[in-house]
Amino acid sequence: MSDLEPVIGVEIHVQLSTRTKMFCGCAPSFGDAPNTHTCPVCLAHPGVLPVVNGEAVRRALIIGLALGCEIAPRSIFHRKNYFYPDLPKAYQISQFDIPICGRGEFTAIREDGSELKVGITRAHLEEDAAKLTHGGGRRAGADGSVVDFNRGGTPLVEIVTEPDLRSAADTAIFLRQLRQTLLFLGVSDCSMEEGSMRADANVSVRPVGSQTLGVKTELKNMNSFRFLERGVEAEIARQREIIASGGHVQQETVHYEPDTGHITSLRSKEESHDYRYFPEPDLVPVAPDPAWVERLRSEQPELPIPLRRRLVVEMGLTQEDAEVITGSPELVAYFMEAAGLADPKSCANWIRGELRAQLRELGQEPWESNVTPAHVAALVGLLADGTVSVPAAKEVLAGVIETGDDPATVVEARGLGQMDAGDLSAIIGEIVNANPDQAQQLRDGKDKVMGFFVGQAMKRTGGRAEPQAVQALVRAAVLGE
Amino acid sequence: MGLRDLSATEQIGELAAGRVSSLELVEAHLDAIARDDVEAFLAVDAEGARARAREIDALPERPPLGGIPLGVKDALSTRDIVTTSGSKMLEGFRPVYTATCVARLEQAGAVVVGKTNMDEFAMGSSTENSAYKNTFNPWDHARVPGGSSGGSAAAVSAREVPWSLGSDTGGSIRQPAALCGIVGMKPTYGAISRYGLIAFASSLDQVGPFARTVADAALLLQHMVGRDPMDSTSLEWPTPIEVPVATDLAGLRIGVVEELMGEGIDPGVKAAVEAALVKAEALGATIVPVSLPTALSGLATYYVLAPAECSANLSRFDGIRYGPSAEADNLLDQYEVTRGRLFGPEVKRRIMLGTFALASGYYDQYYGRAQRVRTLIVREFAQAFEGVDVLASPTSPTVAFPIGDRTADPYAMYLADVCTIPASLAGLPAISIPCGLSDGLPVGLQLAGPAFSENCLLDAAHALEQVIAFDTCPPGLAT
Ligand SMILES: [Zn+2]
Repeated sequence: MSDLEPVIGVEIHVQLSTRTKMFCGCAPSFGDAPNTHTCPVCLAHPGVLPVVNGEAVRRALIIGLALGCEIAPRSIFHRKNYFYPDLPKAYQISQFDIPICGRGEFTAIREDGSELKVGITRAHLEEDAAKLTHGGGRRAGADGSVVDFNRGGTPLVEIVTEPDLRSAADTAIFLRQLRQTLLFLGVSDCSMEEGSMRADANVSVRPVGSQTLGVKTELKNMNSFRFLERGVEAEIARQREIIASGGHVQQETVHYEPDTGHITSLRSKEESHDYRYFPEPDLVPVAPDPAWVERLRSEQPELPIPLRRRLVVEMGLTQEDAEVITGSPELVAYFMEAAGLADPKSCANWIRGELRAQLRELGQEPWESNVTPAHVAALVGLLADGTVSVPAAKEVLAGVIETGDDPATVVEARGLGQMDAGDLSAIIGEIVNANPDQAQQLRDGKDKVMGFFVGQAMKRTGGRAEPQAVQALVRAAVLGE
Repeated sequence: MGLRDLSATEQIGELAAGRVSSLELVEAHLDAIARDDVEAFLAVDAEGARARAREIDALPERPPLGGIPLGVKDALSTRDIVTTSGSKMLEGFRPVYTATCVARLEQAGAVVVGKTNMDEFAMGSSTENSAYKNTFNPWDHARVPGGSSGGSAAAVSAREVPWSLGSDTGGSIRQPAALCGIVGMKPTYGAISRYGLIAFASSLDQVGPFARTVADAALLLQHMVGRDPMDSTSLEWPTPIEVPVATDLAGLRIGVVEELMGEGIDPGVKAAVEAALVKAEALGATIVPVSLPTALSGLATYYVLAPAECSANLSRFDGIRYGPSAEADNLLDQYEVTRGRLFGPEVKRRIMLGTFALASGYYDQYYGRAQRVRTLIVREFAQAFEGVDVLASPTSPTVAFPIGDRTADPYAMYLADVCTIPASLAGLPAISIPCGLSDGLPVGLQLAGPAFSENCLLDAAHALEQVIAFDTCPPGLAT
């Protein structure tokens, strides 16, 4: 039965980092003392009413526009009814048949540069539930369950995709790049660990070539992309096995246990929930002014996927460079500023390589450090005109990180300028004369010994010699090349 | 004539003239409430009311409502004053905030003296569904005051307060106003903020005034209407509510709803309404018959939509965050035992009706269909108002009925709202004024108008009120 293909769609919940909750004036919070961000509205006291957070609407529109969604001229909210202690009204205000953002498409790029197109079914606004902590296991009514209503009512955008994904790896690529896009839009913190981005995957398998969908299971709430990818992988394997042994996949919600790698069934009994959706009578329709929507469209920032393409095609970066640089909007801004002043490819190399490596020890990001994009450009310039060697440039960078002085000043202050060719030649001559054995080895074709000469030269020059120049001079002195 | 016989406007006049203090007025009414023999109040905040009256008396300038007492239906949230919505589910519950409409009236100088009895969660037409007690009709203590705002109507009728607030979902202000022989008005949907009104059916609920004169009702309304940022469905109010002064009805076209003047309407009620229409004609109005063929389907439509909304609105009452809570050792029991014990039978009936109407597979057949009928009714009213300015009908098909008469037959009880429900479904303003007696009991005349026609309705009601000259004082009432 190797001719079964996986079919995967995902549902992503994104908490919007707005100043207030979806339907009340409370600030959403992470990590504050429980139940300190509450009011009569989000605690569902008798007589309260919801009021839509306009900023949440704006952010939902921004997300919809970035995903190429059709924007509904008039969307409405529905009540989704179910009893649970994390839902104080016993209904969640969500959207049902007329979501704010309709059909769209997102194109991700695989490592090999190929495109991964994923249809977006919808993106809608809703409110988050409160946080439940069960003292004793998952079952309802277990001892010591407590509720923290701080999270209750936090604005959420739920993005639902078409079942367009065909592998666990593609699913992870799509989700990572979607997350990157959302970060660029500045709408959410998108932290999987903190739960501000949560993804569920609908997984099924079917014979290759079949157009009908198999029975799907819903893989719930993974808190990292890595676990999600492994979980999808495990679920695909489990379904293949069931079918291979002549069984049928049950429609149910499943859970991936990262420790054991096993899939467990969560709550198949609750699958038959009837949420009794009906239009929320306490709210009026959301009808964004078309001119406003157009303005939001024109104000969209350059998104990471097209940007990545442009960095490769127009600026000569490698696919890998581009992926690293587009890792965050801050890094893109940083790189772009440097690349405007010096060779983009060299800037990219230094930023993603040495700069990040040195800063990692300090726990800093480039844009938080003493090193400005102009410093990076200056350093690249000093290398290009031969003022400093590569090893010296690394020291210069360390100096800039330490002092915030510009690279030329650091070169001056620390005497890191490239050696005069004559001086270097004299020093090499001395080294060769002092080490006849090693010189002989080189003459015998043992090229490895070159490392010894370069090391000696660096020691004598305090790192100011360019390794290539040293090698050339050693060859000239020993082999007469 | 005592202080309590004065209308609200007259009491404000006495205050302005310095002939009486707010504290004296409040004491006079508190005294009547203490001797309350119609059981209109569930909670009385005597100390709070006295303190507020003293505060107002000490102000350099009297606020517009002067410092006169106000009764508030227990469905409205009042900070620190027990608010139960007539239900055991909220026994002893002290809200942390005050409803916008009450806050606006307090700001304007109203003094809340207490909370009035009502059918549990506003579900009922007789106040017999209160989880606490029956309220008696001041005209005949063996009869109901109507409902669901029966306590507010009885309190005004028995002169325990000059005016009060009610809420009207399918007739819960107008019908008890009619049965108690006072004025009650449900304004245009969205006129008054619902923030703080414990929801029964959100798309129908509206707060409104009870008073003994149309002018008093207008004055109370004046201080409540307008947009509230806490209620998305509240409306920016186009023109201020005016206290009516009209004395004639020249040029007014009154349509008489044929469907609400025929079968099912008590002959005595019909006669009183017809007599009032003759007086209207004498004041210069044109009376024309109007047909609202879908209006009678209003009852069925209402009893799908309102229960559907209430089934969700009442789900928050689970005993977890506030209110009494049943002892239970697991979550499901917590819900079931709490709700099973603390909701009364009518509330349970409507929750079940509504849950069923929204169930997958039945949604379109019930909720969806009811919404379509509602749209038809809205259109039918719009068409009717192309030819007339105001629609007239009885407010209630009968006068006040005996306590216990209809409790065993929910459908008979539901029929009490057949005349008031259509305007509720269409979100239109409607007022009930007393227009005469039948068998010694008050009959209400209902006038309904297009959205935002409050001033026109109040003018017409006021002009008619002068010629009808109904004596709102129940027989034998000692003031
Ligand atoms: Zn809140």
